[in-house]
Amino acid sequence: MFNIRQIPLAAWIGLLLTGLAVICALFAQWIAPHGNGEIVGDVWAPMSSAHWLGTDNLGRDLLSRMIYGARITIFIAGMATALSFSLGAILGFTAAVVGGLVDTLMSGVVDLLMAIPTLIFGLVILAVLPANNVTLILVMGILSSTRVYRLSRAVAADINAMDFVEAAKLRGEGLSWIIFREILPNAMSLLVAELGLRFIFSVLFLSALSYLGLGVQPPDADWGGMVMENKDGIVFGIPAALIPAAAIAGLGISVNLVVDWVLTRTTSFKGGRD
Amino acid sequence: MKGAFRGSPVLKLVAQRIALGIFLLFAVSVLIFAGTQILPGDVAQSILGQSATPEAVANLRQELGLNDPAYMRYFQWVGGVLTGDLGKALTTRQEITVTLMPRLWNTLFLAFWAAAVSIPLSIILGLIAVRFRNGPVDKAISGFALASTSLPEFFIGYLLILFLAVKLQWFPSISTVYDGMPFLEKLKAIVLPVIALVIVVLAHMMRMTRAAILNVMQSAYIETAELKGLSALDIICKHAFPNAIAPIVNVVMLNMAYLVVGVVVIEVIFVYPGMGQYLVDHVVKRDVPVVQAVGLIFAAVYIGLNIVADVAAILANPRLRHPK
Amino acid sequence: MANGHAKPRHESDVLLEIRNLKVEATVYSPNEKPRDVTIVDGVSLALKRGKVLGLIGESGAGKSTIGLSAMGYGRGGVRITGGEVLLNGRDILQGGVKGLRKVRGSEVCYVAQSAAAAFNPAHRLMDQVVEAALLHGLGTRAEAEKRAIALFKKLRLPDAQKIGSRYPHQVSGGQLQRVMTAMALCSEPDLIVFDEPTTALDVTTQIDVLAAIKDAIRDTSVAALYITHDLAVVAQVSDEIMVLQDGKMVEHGETRQVIEAPRMDYTKALVSVRSIDHEEKNPAQEPLLSVRNITAAYGGDAVKVLQHVSVDIHPGQTLAVVGESGSGKSTLARVITGLLPPIAGSITFANRMLAPRLADRSRDDLRELQMIYQMADVAMNPRQTVGTIIGRPLEFYFGMRGKERDARVGELLDEIEMGKGFVHRYPAELSGGQKQRVCIARALAAKPKLIICDEVTSALDPLVADGILKLLLRLQKFEDVAYLFITHDLATVKAIADSIAVMYRGEVVRYGSKTQVLRPPFDAYTDLLLSSVPEMEVGWLESAIKGRRMESAGN
Repeated sequence: MFNIRQIPLAAWIGLLLTGLAVICALFAQWIAPHGNGEIVGDVWAPMSSAHWLGTDNLGRDLLSRMIYGARITIFIAGMATALSFSLGAILGFTAAVVGGLVDTLMSGVVDLLMAIPTLIFGLVILAVLPANNVTLILVMGILSSTRVYRLSRAVAADINAMDFVEAAKLRGEGLSWIIFREILPNAMSLLVAELGLRFIFSVLFLSALSYLGLGVQPPDADWGGMVMENKDGIVFGIPAALIPAAAIAGLGISVNLVVDWVLTRTTSFKGGRD
Repeated sequence: MKGAFRGSPVLKLVAQRIALGIFLLFAVSVLIFAGTQILPGDVAQSILGQSATPEAVANLRQELGLNDPAYMRYFQWVGGVLTGDLGKALTTRQEITVTLMPRLWNTLFLAFWAAAVSIPLSIILGLIAVRFRNGPVDKAISGFALASTSLPEFFIGYLLILFLAVKLQWFPSISTVYDGMPFLEKLKAIVLPVIALVIVVLAHMMRMTRAAILNVMQSAYIETAELKGLSALDIICKHAFPNAIAPIVNVVMLNMAYLVVGVVVIEVIFVYPGMGQYLVDHVVKRDVPVVQAVGLIFAAVYIGLNIVADVAAILANPRLRHPK
Repeated sequence: MANGHAKPRHESDVLLEIRNLKVEATVYSPNEKPRDVTIVDGVSLALKRGKVLGLIGESGAGKSTIGLSAMGYGRGGVRITGGEVLLNGRDILQGGVKGLRKVRGSEVCYVAQSAAAAFNPAHRLMDQVVEAALLHGLGTRAEAEKRAIALFKKLRLPDAQKIGSRYPHQVSGGQLQRVMTAMALCSEPDLIVFDEPTTALDVTTQIDVLAAIKDAIRDTSVAALYITHDLAVVAQVSDEIMVLQDGKMVEHGETRQVIEAPRMDYTKALVSVRSIDHEEKNPAQEPLLSVRNITAAYGGDAVKVLQHVSVDIHPGQTLAVVGESGSGKSTLARVITGLLPPIAGSITFANRMLAPRLADRSRDDLRELQMIYQMADVAMNPRQTVGTIIGRPLEFYFGMRGKERDARVGELLDEIEMGKGFVHRYPAELSGGQKQRVCIARALAAKPKLIICDEVTSALDPLVADGILKLLLRLQKFEDVAYLFITHDLATVKAIADSIAVMYRGEVVRYGSKTQVLRPPFDAYTDLLLSSVPEMEVGWLESAIKGRRMESAGN
């Protein structure tokens, strides 16, 4: 379908870094030189050959914690993305193709949910719910699914109005052919791009919550939580908190680069010159 | 007939939009209230802890009105909100309104300066990007925009603190403000959070401004103006601006809504005594009345800015202002 | 600058001279390095004062580009890279940006294809009409407005005194096109570039606008470049015609010569387009499809778009449904296909009663009634190959699989004169005509008895459209399929129809065999419609306007 050589450099970098993070997440216990909670040295020791990234606020190896942090960050953000995506896309497609009362009702609920800023609503709910990973995944996934719903509904409604879908309906094709063979292939790239953006959003959302002390609870820590643990060092000029923060930014940018590439590929396929 | 209704479609649309906003606000208040009722177990018990005597728990339940049905409590709460009474904090037993007002002002002060810097800056940068479209400046701007959507606020915040506050010592690392603080000192205290907030919204606002202006500049009527021999400045002022103003106001308002939310994390980073900090503190303490109140205020501001954005779009549409 | 009242006038007879014009553009295609393409190559022309030169060609011929080069303008990144454009004796390409700005809107003005988009929605019409005149210091505001009102009258705009105070969206398309002409004339330029000014209009509106433009050109003795793809239109307004193809000149001559005695093959093809000779067939005993008393509406019963429509289609024959936008002709197609169940009336197809709703129809009903759309690009799934697109009806209706299906797809591709090489192509890799051919093959694959063709040629260039019509006629002969042919173009109707239904505001106003319908006496609307179709004949416009009995419909 497409040539490996045609992947631009930016997309390569994105794919490479995203891949690296995923590998760290999958094989944390084999890659990490030390245990997650193991105290190995002084508090906030500088970078050295023994501890490449130095140590954290309790004297744990920062590199090892980063690698384990990748696992928690990517796991929770990934689960939340998967939830938001299956929920949002299925309901959005249904609303667009079925239409009528179902559509009006679901869209009304989504509009209402979107009237409250996601972070604020998340905080309000987390004020009463028990702090654990399941809660986090549910809250993030459901809140984030509203945006997926909007997008998939709009995309599906657009495609549903095209002549080739009408042609399929006139041929007598069933609902499943129309959704899976006519609409979905044309919505795929946009949905894949949205998947990437939702993942970035979930990573940022999770990091913000953990940073505020409402996300992943100690002794486990995702990257956002590690920023919180080490933030007091900043005023002494110790940059330990910046390392997990930079990792979040790096992961976000890499996924963004891939998304950007997916999106340009879509437009180039359909568009061409008129 | 025609004369009698002239101009009315706009008023009607604006009224509709505002009515919808108010309805939405009420619906949101229900949602926020309901959201805080899904607590598994007993609020009074969880406040007092497991070791509390049954009598103490019963007393607290009485005091909090927890024996009333949920809808009664909702109406009491909303009634209070409408008369300016946000209730009492569970943890401190203080009137929320009293504690909250100075913090609300602090937040608005911060948001105002962030808006005052970011709005003109993003519009100017957006214009530059359009002027040098596809050139290196434009590419740099969109690259920055791409990156900044993935930057967490605390990354920007701590970078600023590490370099500008700790290493260079230009600004304080903690943004303390208090009543009666001299204006200039107050400004100096918020420089870093303002910069951080500006970076958070700038890229997005700039990108959207660029798209809005480009959309107008690519219209056929701009070509008509060019073919009349108008200068670039005249084209922008007379032909592009009147049509671009609505989308730009729209973009600005949407980003202001975004900025208001961004305030929460920024305030925590710089230990700034505003609403965001207040909200986060009380979420940790599970102080439900405070969380409800602050959540509602944030949602109200957010909805309000969205209404302004929509109303601006309606008002600027000549098709609606001058019906057939 | 404001006092530059007097425009440079030269004694010379020649107003505009373009020498060896070369125009290039940079194409940015994905995954490829940007490359330069030549849009116009080595075109030269000379235009005398007060004369009209028609520039004609199909899409991609570079005619608009040449027209705009007379204003030193390149649209969308197009660059004039060679040659000279002499206006009133000066090379305007050498005058820099300031020089160009002085020329535009004072010496040369422009009339765009879509006036609706070319007017700024935020300003009143009058402000826009006088803007260029005021900018170039051609009189005071009062003088310019007086001139504008006089022009509105000359262009036969209703309420000439007040129409200027309206906003663009408050005025109809045909009127807006005339306001745009007034805007061009308001600065009393030496030259006007008309860029397809009537193409977007309905045929009965087009003739009015055309006549108004022609009168205005004559009375103001302005010179004009008239750009269009329609040779019959350009024959009415221009003194000379230049035929262009792929950015190069094919033929240039006096109008009568080009129309009546074209020298080049390409011009001959353009002139003889739509001259397909089609022998009318006699109706059969039993109609294949019989539409009885159909009344239909959108949005509940609020707006009736079809009222008591009754037509018959005979096996292997073509019924053409003609009408302008809003006549209900496409709605009729939607009713027949079952997409829009009617409020009243019935449809019989091959001696069976058709269910009103698509969902209630049998698979054979669906198979035997196929449809081809106007926009072939959106009628095919961009993610499916030609093979899948044509093969699906074979699988779906006949259960064909594997080699059997592929062989049949190959046969169908041969039938539409494309060949097996296209099986693995995607729609985006086909030309406009090829796309429409694939759509035809997809319809044929179902072995239908009737194909509904909804404006299937109107998005295509004349020669390509001609090819499609010929193909449809040929297929009709050996597949014995009937067509319901929806179109606004009477020339197409004459080329292919056996019977005709003329629709106007949701009703069939005239119906019968082709000879019956096209034979006088006519009803008022059919007369208007027939007399509005430009004939490829010098002097047709004047006689047509004289002979009309009814005001144009869509105006």
